[in-house]
Amino acid sequence: MKKERHFLSSLSGMNALSSVMAILIGLFAGFIILLASNPAQAFNGFFIVLTGGFSDLFNLGQVLYYATPIIMTGLSVGFAGKTGLFNIGASGQFTFGMYAAILVAIKMSGLPGPLVCLLALLAGIIAGALWGLVPGLLKALCNVHEVIACIMMNYIGMYLVNYLIVTTDVYDNTRNMTMRLSQDANLPTLGLDNLFSAATAGGAARPSSVGSGILIAIFVCVLIYIVLEKTKFGYELKSCGYNHEAAHYAGINEKKGIMLSMTIAGGLAGLGGAMLALAGAGRGIKVVDVLAGEGFMGIPVALLALNNPIGIIFSGFLIAYLTQSGFLLQRLAFAPEIIEIIIAIIIYFSALALLLKGAIEYFIKGKKKDARIKAEDLGTGDFKTGNNDSEGGDSG
Amino acid sequence: METVIEMKGITKAFPGIIANDDISMDLRRGEIHALLGENGAGKSTLMSILFGLYQPDSGVINKNGEIVSINGPNDATRLGIGMVHQHFKLVQNFTVLENIVLGMETTKRGFLHMEEARARVVELSEQYGLAIDPDAYISDITVGMQQRVEILKMLYRENEILIFDEPTAVLTPQEIDDLMDIMKGLTSEGKSILFITHKLAEIKRVADRCTVLRKGCLIGTVDVASANVEQLSEMMVGRKINFIVEKSEAEPKEVVLEVKDLSVHSKTHGKAAVNNVSFKVRSGEVVCIAGIDGNGQSELVYALTGIRPPDEGTILLAGKDISRVSVRTRSNEGMAHIPEDRHRHGLILDYDLAYNLVLQTYHTPRFQKNGFLRFNEIYEYADELIEKFDIRSGQGGRTPTRSMSGGNQQKVIVAREIDRKPKLLVAVQPTRGLDVGAIEYIHKQLIHERETGAGVLLVSLELDEVMNLSDRILVIYEGQIVADVDPREVTLQELGLYMSGSSVKNNSKV
Repeated sequence: MKKERHFLSSLSGMNALSSVMAILIGLFAGFIILLASNPAQAFNGFFIVLTGGFSDLFNLGQVLYYATPIIMTGLSVGFAGKTGLFNIGASGQFTFGMYAAILVAIKMSGLPGPLVCLLALLAGIIAGALWGLVPGLLKALCNVHEVIACIMMNYIGMYLVNYLIVTTDVYDNTRNMTMRLSQDANLPTLGLDNLFSAATAGGAARPSSVGSGILIAIFVCVLIYIVLEKTKFGYELKSCGYNHEAAHYAGINEKKGIMLSMTIAGGLAGLGGAMLALAGAGRGIKVVDVLAGEGFMGIPVALLALNNPIGIIFSGFLIAYLTQSGFLLQRLAFAPEIIEIIIAIIIYFSALALLLKGAIEYFIKGKKKDARIKAEDLGTGDFKTGNNDSEGGDSG
Repeated sequence: METVIEMKGITKAFPGIIANDDISMDLRRGEIHALLGENGAGKSTLMSILFGLYQPDSGVINKNGEIVSINGPNDATRLGIGMVHQHFKLVQNFTVLENIVLGMETTKRGFLHMEEARARVVELSEQYGLAIDPDAYISDITVGMQQRVEILKMLYRENEILIFDEPTAVLTPQEIDDLMDIMKGLTSEGKSILFITHKLAEIKRVADRCTVLRKGCLIGTVDVASANVEQLSEMMVGRKINFIVEKSEAEPKEVVLEVKDLSVHSKTHGKAAVNNVSFKVRSGEVVCIAGIDGNGQSELVYALTGIRPPDEGTILLAGKDISRVSVRTRSNEGMAHIPEDRHRHGLILDYDLAYNLVLQTYHTPRFQKNGFLRFNEIYEYADELIEKFDIRSGQGGRTPTRSMSGGNQQKVIVAREIDRKPKLLVAVQPTRGLDVGAIEYIHKQLIHERETGAGVLLVSLELDEVMNLSDRILVIYEGQIVADVDPREVTLQELGLYMSGSSVKNNSKV
């Protein structure tokens, strides 16, 4: 009996439950928007939203491809969140990491492909880490709030990268974006693109864009989970996050913690950017004054998973799934804007996960605690003796 | 005597706990009625219901025989019920007069018209013997005077029923005497007072009757004159309590802590929070820093433990200069610290019990290997300490710390700090907010530390604790040690004079 209730009342069980409920509410709200914008197609549309990502292997492959960068930025936000920092700068770290990877891949194209790929990934991590370190330093040494520093670093990153793309000669002015990378430098697809493919009318299979990036992302999530939950370093970082004054009291160097945490978070986002550039799907950085959306998508990914690195894998999949489904929704004459709104609404409601967690705790734990207290009171018979005592006191 | 307030069958449940379970009590005109109970017994909830902050789940409140519903503090004020909260609700940068009339300003054509209000406040303060300066700013006056302002606020609103929530916690012995006189004066003018406290001596001094609550239940109402302190405490706790800490004569040996010319500048204002302080603590003795809250105790402790390093002076721990080293080094050198605020500094509430027990030692080879935590060791150690220190926990080492009671949380800290076998234990208000049972336990542990050869530096605001535990008392006033006295040779009244800065005595043996 105890074990059955264990999962639901355990912390991780409750977290998972609240995330699932938030998603369901979000889907329901999305359905209402569908109904309002195009009643005739609403049910078909909703069906596509629910099943689109799984409708064939190609679509599933695209889901995995879209999931890769947002898992990384989600992990970046979630990791910093575990240590009590709000890394809203994943966008800048992502862009800078992506740029560094592209730069290395183009400038070192004379080297063997796999080596170039490895160096480009490393460059992405280092560049992102650098972009995360700046807000970390400002926070630790000057007590500048990391949100402000991160937002500024987002803009500095975007404009600086736009400038550097042109000045470092990686600019393709016919497409107004970075040049295409040589196929050799790309991350190996390990045959995943052909595995996740769909037959076309011509008979040739149409491969999806998925590659080994998704495996790396999952591996890094597991790695971060182990660091946070199993190591001394993770214990220290979480201590700073949960109660930095108690961490200070216990002799933990919280300033070092803040700097390391932001640096690692930046490195994770930078790796996400590098993997997107090296995925072989032709994505580069457009020279436009728009902040990278993947960075901000990391925030709902992390929120939905309540910052749990393993949960982030799933929430990243979910949002990528919705993105791909929304793409398919265009077949039904839904305006692209409506699709964007529906995805946003679902994410918006998904952020309720935190709120729902409180409510679920209230229902499950509150009732349980009640029962426990009663059982304890009855068990020890404390109240009986108490009453006797009071009578003694009265007469005395 | 007629009954003014009658609470009948009040029940109030919060998620997971029944704070008040079928509680009935009555208040007569002109009496001081004490409400006694441990922390969490439901005293504050009951009074919050009377003051309209909470609605009872069932039960009724009668005023002068008529059922009333109190839906908020405004209703309570209308019914003549006023409350002095434990933490005063005063506007710091308003004057005394402005605070008293706040919310009931006398106006003329929309403009403030203070003369009328001033006349009434002065009249009230004379009538009840509440000395105040109407034009002083709250931030400039003593805590005792702030409390008188709170009382005048109630009188200005013509409240008949006055609730005092632990009013003596922040006062010096002299101020407590004054307050007791004021309370008696108020009742002789026909006011009725509800006096929430867990200090038995005060009940014996002023209260007419006393209602005891325990774990949300009514234990009984007794005439204070016919009950003694032991009986009251037994009603409150449910068992006999030993008030006097049994301890042998201190045998101080070598110096474990030597503080020389220590100064700490205040964060908020330019003045020194700790001003040129020097003292020594030997192993095998309990040295107590006594003083009124806010006289530099926190800053002194922060400087000693390294939370905020000192600006000037030196600190020697067992002969080693530690004045500039990190918190971790101090801890490794044998300093343990039971912090003043267990939630702010002492515990990480989101961690489970075992994680909190290794907060100071998680980095030692016993609990980590190559950077990986050794979970088996950590949870075994937790079980060991839970057993040894009798920490009550639902799920052993995996109990969420947040769900534990205050007393057990404090035991976690005490267990963690004592089990490290420190040379010096700095204990800051180790029993704050705890009930008598837990206080008794923690006092025993501190004495045990002394007897096993550690030096104990106790910082406390509770004079009973100071007198009971210490072998030597240092009184701190405005950041300076103004007296070094032997608890056997000093009276509470003398101590109070030192604490309020009215008297200075410096022994050469510091």
